Amino acid sequence: MSVAAFVLGGAAPALAQTEIQWWHALTGANNDVVVRLSEEFNASQKDYKIVPAYKGSYPDTLNAGIAAFRAGTAPHILQVFEVGTGTMMSAKGAIKPVHELMKDAGEAFDPKAYLPAITGYYSTAKGDMLSMPFNSSSMVMWYNKDAFKKAGLNPEAPPKTWPEVFEAAKKLKASGFEKCGFSNAWATWANIEQFGAWHNVSLSTKTNGLDGFDAVLNFNSPAFLKHWTNLVDLQKQGVYDYSGRTNNGEGRFTSGECPIFLTSSGFFGNVKANAKFDWGNAPMPYYPDIQGAPQNSIIGGASLWVMGGKKADEYKGVAKFFTFLSDVDRQVKLHTESGYLPITKAAYEKVKASGFYKDKPYLETPILSLNNKEPTENSRGLRFGSLVQIRDIWSEELEAALNGQKTPKAALDAAVERGNQMLRQFERTAAR
Amino acid sequence: MQKNAYFNGLTIPLMLLLPQLAITVVFFYWPASQALWQSFLLEDAFGTSTEFVWFENYQALFSDPGYLKAFINTLIFSSFVCVLSLSVALLFAVMADRAIRGAEIYKTLLIWPYAVAPAVAGVLWLFMFDPSLGMLARGLQRLGIAWNPRLNGNDAMLLVILAATWKQISYNFLFFLAGLQSIPKSVIEAAVIDGARPMRRFWTIVFPLLSPTTFFLLVVNIVYVFFDTFGIIDTITGGGPSGATETLVYKVFSDGKGGSNLGGSAAQSVVLLVMVIAMTAVQFKFIERRVSY
Repeated sequence: MSVAAFVLGGAAPALAQTEIQWWHALTGANNDVVVRLSEEFNASQKDYKIVPAYKGSYPDTLNAGIAAFRAGTAPHILQVFEVGTGTMMSAKGAIKPVHELMKDAGEAFDPKAYLPAITGYYSTAKGDMLSMPFNSSSMVMWYNKDAFKKAGLNPEAPPKTWPEVFEAAKKLKASGFEKCGFSNAWATWANIEQFGAWHNVSLSTKTNGLDGFDAVLNFNSPAFLKHWTNLVDLQKQGVYDYSGRTNNGEGRFTSGECPIFLTSSGFFGNVKANAKFDWGNAPMPYYPDIQGAPQNSIIGGASLWVMGGKKADEYKGVAKFFTFLSDVDRQVKLHTESGYLPITKAAYEKVKASGFYKDKPYLETPILSLNNKEPTENSRGLRFGSLVQIRDIWSEELEAALNGQKTPKAALDAAVERGNQMLRQFERTAAR
Repeated sequence: MQKNAYFNGLTIPLMLLLPQLAITVVFFYWPASQALWQSFLLEDAFGTSTEFVWFENYQALFSDPGYLKAFINTLIFSSFVCVLSLSVALLFAVMADRAIRGAEIYKTLLIWPYAVAPAVAGVLWLFMFDPSLGMLARGLQRLGIAWNPRLNGNDAMLLVILAATWKQISYNFLFFLAGLQSIPKSVIEAAVIDGARPMRRFWTIVFPLLSPTTFFLLVVNIVYVFFDTFGIIDTITGGGPSGATETLVYKVFSDGKGGSNLGGSAAQSVVLLVMVIAMTAVQFKFIERRVSY
């Protein structure tokens, strides 16, 4: 009798609580956000327990998820960066689409409540949402106001167009920034992916891959050639200086080495903590002679994918957690504290109404860029399989142009051709 | 208790061999056979769809100009690392072998880098030679040398060669020093009495007596540069700029892990494996003849 009582008394609560594994790639202050959100959710109800686990960088987390799936031990929720979207959505049976999850679990869910610039990236052509947006960002141009003053430029009127940026960078170089007038992180995101959307120029057929994996790259067009040729010339003059494929070079802005630097709006926390000068940000520059520019920017960051093959009860917990995440006040807090974009319209409206952006306009810059115009076929987003590897190929070709091994034209043509080879191979594995 | 130097029957020899064989099967033959099998497949990352494609992955590999480039990079990288790490280690060992004050401290300091993980070694060199952050890079730039491994392929190659060499010198040093210390002092003394100068003593007596050690190290070093250096390359250059530091093993790693191209990556590792087997066979067949044990 006492044994039975012990077993019932001791085991019942543990059995009743369903554990939900959440693998993510966020470090530092953003890791704290993940932990805090999990704790708040766990405290808000008794049936489910979110267990977050840090699994390394974005590519590492994606690989860990893939390896775990193959071994039959996938987590329930996997955070995947936007570049991995094509890989995730092609894996039928490996994932549970979010729209299905919410319907099955009977949770109230309206895809229209979310910012369209964000959901477009994670939805099918029909508009079915496949993954839950979590931390979204976009690309902006950070600039050093003190350096602008020193070079005789107006720190409150940052350059708007690329020719203006080149002029400003030349003046900055003359005033003492000898190594680098302007630069950028995420070489292909800045000079191919965002560039295409912002100038309303296509990267490929099939709405940049959103409408099917049989997309064919075609960005070896005059607009790109013009930009790459300018970059190559300015690299030779030491006005532009390449900062690598990932965000390793971001420190060149906060250390004061590069006074103009294009990178993610998610760089905000780092700038706030480390820049010992007056700074600001502005939308990405554009070429005024390219028709339609500026169009709208596209998102970066990551979303939450639900892995396939789990129990209905577990899915119910995941769905409840997603509803919890979408709550207006929670989104307001996330956005104003971390600098990530608010994912719902209501949260954005609320922050705007509170006058928050008057003091901190730099947090609104990426949202204004994303919503600058109604997205077109060229600016809704992009979705290519094997994009992680394709980005490496693109970077290789850009580097070959910048160090003078190839002409910009030859490099651009090779980037398209080699990218297409990868796409065709991916299409074969994804089609079946 | 058996008194002969060899065992009768099969049981005891097999039992003695078994642990080693088991480890080899589990950690070498099994994964190698898996790689061989995988190299014939075309598969998506999650393994939800698989197609048997015979030699298609190999065909793709050999028609890829990037693969030829990686092959050439590997030749340059491995020859420089092997020659540099062996010769510098030998020089250090000869110097540390002399009766000098504080020899123990030198020896310990020279052995330390071996305990450093490849990725850590990579970060260390990156910090010294990063064009923006590195103290030594700034020194070079101040001297008017346009040092930029971010874009200059030769600079990047030089940097990974230095880091990989630095990492391997300790290991080679350790073996050379042990080899030197096992050479009987009387042989050297006899040569001294005969009036042989230090250089002549080294090349006619010491170096030939070191040949088994040198040969062993050559084999080990080649395996090291072929298989063990991707951590260093990954942290310092990531194969860039423009593929200038992408070696064969780094390509296996980046295509398979980063690119989820498992079939192509498996085909590359099979090719790499065959190459190293062939090279080891050549070494044992031709170079070993010149080794006197």
